[in-house]
Amino acid sequence: MTNTNSHAHPVDNEAGKLGMWIFLFTELFLFGGLFLVYAVFRAKYSEGFHSGANDLNAMVGTINTVVLLVSSMTVAMSITAIQKGSNKKAILFLLSTIVLALVFMVNKYFEWVHKFELNLFPGSLALQSLERGELMFFSLYYMMTGLHALHVIIGLTLLVICIFQIKAGNTHKGQYLLLENSGLYWHLVDLIWIFLFPLLYLLT
Amino acid sequence: MDQHKAHISSYLSHGWVLTSLLILTLITVLLTWLDLGAFTIAVTLLVASIKASIVLTWFMHLKFESAFTRWIVVGTFALFILILIVTFFDYSFR
Amino acid sequence: MRSAEKYTHISYLEHEGKYKGIWSWLLSTDHKKIGLLYLYSIAFFFVVAAILGLLLRLELIAPGPTIMGAQMYNGLFTLHGIIMVFIVVIPGLGAVFGNFFLPIMIGAKDVAFPRLNLLSWYVFIIGALLGVASQFAGDGPPDTGWTFYVPYSAQSATNVIFALTAAFVLGFSSILTGINFIVTIHRMRAPGMGWFKMPLFPWSLYATAWIQVLATPIIGITLLMVIAERTLNIGFFDPALGGDPLLFQHLFWIYSHPAVYIMILPAMGVVTEIFPTFSQKPVFGYGAIVVSSLAIAFVGYFVWGHHMFTSGISYWSRWFFSFLSFVVAIPSAIKVFNWISTMYGGSIDLKPPLLYAISFIFLFMIGGFTGLTLGALATNVHLHDTSFVVAHFHYIIFGGMGFAFFAGIHYWYPKMYGRMYNIRLANIAWGVLFTGFNLLYFPLFIIGLQGMPRRYFDYLPQFHAGHFISTIGAIILIIGIFMMMYNLIYYRHRGPVAPSNPWKGVTLEWQIESPPTHENFDVIPEIKHPPYLFKKEPQT
Repeated sequence: MTNTNSHAHPVDNEAGKLGMWIFLFTELFLFGGLFLVYAVFRAKYSEGFHSGANDLNAMVGTINTVVLLVSSMTVAMSITAIQKGSNKKAILFLLSTIVLALVFMVNKYFEWVHKFELNLFPGSLALQSLERGELMFFSLYYMMTGLHALHVIIGLTLLVICIFQIKAGNTHKGQYLLLENSGLYWHLVDLIWIFLFPLLYLLT
Repeated sequence: MDQHKAHISSYLSHGWVLTSLLILTLITVLLTWLDLGAFTIAVTLLVASIKASIVLTWFMHLKFESAFTRWIVVGTFALFILILIVTFFDYSFR
Repeated sequence: MRSAEKYTHISYLEHEGKYKGIWSWLLSTDHKKIGLLYLYSIAFFFVVAAILGLLLRLELIAPGPTIMGAQMYNGLFTLHGIIMVFIVVIPGLGAVFGNFFLPIMIGAKDVAFPRLNLLSWYVFIIGALLGVASQFAGDGPPDTGWTFYVPYSAQSATNVIFALTAAFVLGFSSILTGINFIVTIHRMRAPGMGWFKMPLFPWSLYATAWIQVLATPIIGITLLMVIAERTLNIGFFDPALGGDPLLFQHLFWIYSHPAVYIMILPAMGVVTEIFPTFSQKPVFGYGAIVVSSLAIAFVGYFVWGHHMFTSGISYWSRWFFSFLSFVVAIPSAIKVFNWISTMYGGSIDLKPPLLYAISFIFLFMIGGFTGLTLGALATNVHLHDTSFVVAHFHYIIFGGMGFAFFAGIHYWYPKMYGRMYNIRLANIAWGVLFTGFNLLYFPLFIIGLQGMPRRYFDYLPQFHAGHFISTIGAIILIIGIFMMMYNLIYYRHRGPVAPSNPWKGVTLEWQIESPPTHENFDVIPEIKHPPYLFKKEPQT
């Protein structure tokens, strides 16, 4: 959130953080719409959703969950580091978060490629010949994980910006709003995955 | 205003939070293997909600934010759940 | 009123920061300049969509095709709806008067995130341009209506994707403004201004901003899903792809009903400012107005189903939505009583802003009562999708939000520009507008009751009289709009210099120069009293 004031007030960090929280609410409702659709179709076609979830590899999902949880911790630790004034540590924690995020994305990529090899890509004939509930499951699977992956990429970009801002000396012990807000965003990505994981992979 | 006064969580506490999250993940995975039938959805969603509130409270620092911030977070989730319930007034009584 | 001299201070209009000329506007982070940027862009689109509306009315002046065919009619009413709803009415009051006056009324120098504020204007313009582009790019203007109901919007061969993206982008702009206003109100009130010393227009913006933030994402994701349906062939709503079309209606109205309150709450806020000033009396029932705004915002979330009574939703949900639709009328009625009680016994000065504000009550009441007719399950079956509905929501949206906008512009014009428009001409323009408005929309109630469906370019001969009167009303209305705009534009530079407080208002914006300086306040004021304390109480 931009925090610079044209009238040169002191930067109001509380305002910046409140703004970020409210922005996160909009993200929650964005995914909320998808969860609502999921709930309706799941209630309608629970059989189809069971077999749909069976087609997904729960192992891949579990690994990705662990990866995201650990990355959430490293981001939180980078904030601790910056608060304690050790910029080097903060950058190191951020770098490890980025690596973990990349691992998540690579994992996701192979999962999708595998689905595509089975001809289960959006709009394919194999997909459309599926039974209705399973079809809806895969619609939601692609939409939810796709939108989530987009958020991972946005979060990654924010974290990279943070690293540069720390290096440039703009983010430091006395002023780390950007890092804090990027951290909040990254935790949101994790938060959404916490719900996506059981709903898509586990409920077989 | 002054970020120097902000609460600083220790590295160790982050470690503990992660540990509890990983244990809860393990529990959900195991629970679905057990197959509790109709209760599976309820239990997994419950565990997911616990995990989410842990992330919100400690990783996202809600514990150390103002009461107002905490309330609007709770309010947002409550509003979503209400919308969900009202939608199901239609779908469950058709 | 003083004669036409120049004012002495350097106002925000002349202030040039880092950038000169046109860039001092396009790159300005001054909330007042951004407010005016919104005003000009919204006014432009309003005129465009009003002319589209006139063309639709002209087509309906006689049975059979007169000036256009069915497909063109479908395209035009879609464009009219998209522009009016997403570009004019939803941002309207908040983005123009909210941006301009929210910081001033709470004693701040700017909003919390000035650069974000400018960004949201650019996002708004991109969205608006996408909406325009949908008319020309691709396979012909979209013909789905602004509601984009699936399955038709998933299958129509026209350029629906552009229109969907436009609505998505405009929603994003609305969200950014909402975030900005909430944080501004929380963090930037002048010292001493507790929550209940805040004027009521900021209160209404606060309630509105929460709806903007917590409802808009739902339409965002819904539109994205329809786009995915059209481009990737993954089904959610289209039965041909396995989806559920009713689910689209649910999601659409989960946003679009609260959106009605995004439109009307700031309008209520504007007239709440006007009644005390022109009655020289404190507002009646400050607390009740605050609580009713918040109540409308909250209950407004749970009435969306009343748009779907005939679509086959369950009996219990129809019962529930109908009940809550009646409940949400209560806080609106509370406000009406407050406004009337504010005027009661006051020393009323019937200037153009008050004329518009009083006609707001009148038109809003007609819109509200017909809304109850539609909210009742039995009558709804008869009236659904007739021109009765068209008349109802135009009374609410145009008669309500539109007239409140006109009231606001006439109220704050001297503050914004430091000049005064011609009051006589403004009164005449109001008379023409009001007459035209009622001639245009009232007959639609009657032919709607008789069975005239909405969105039809042709009709049976028995509806001819109603449609004919309605079209005459549309022409008068357009003349009124142009008279009003002429007045405001012509006297922008030629009008007499306005004093800083022409209406003897007591809220903070009247305590500073007209037009305000770049910084609004030389010294941030300290607030000791509740708002709306007039020096001489006219009663007792």
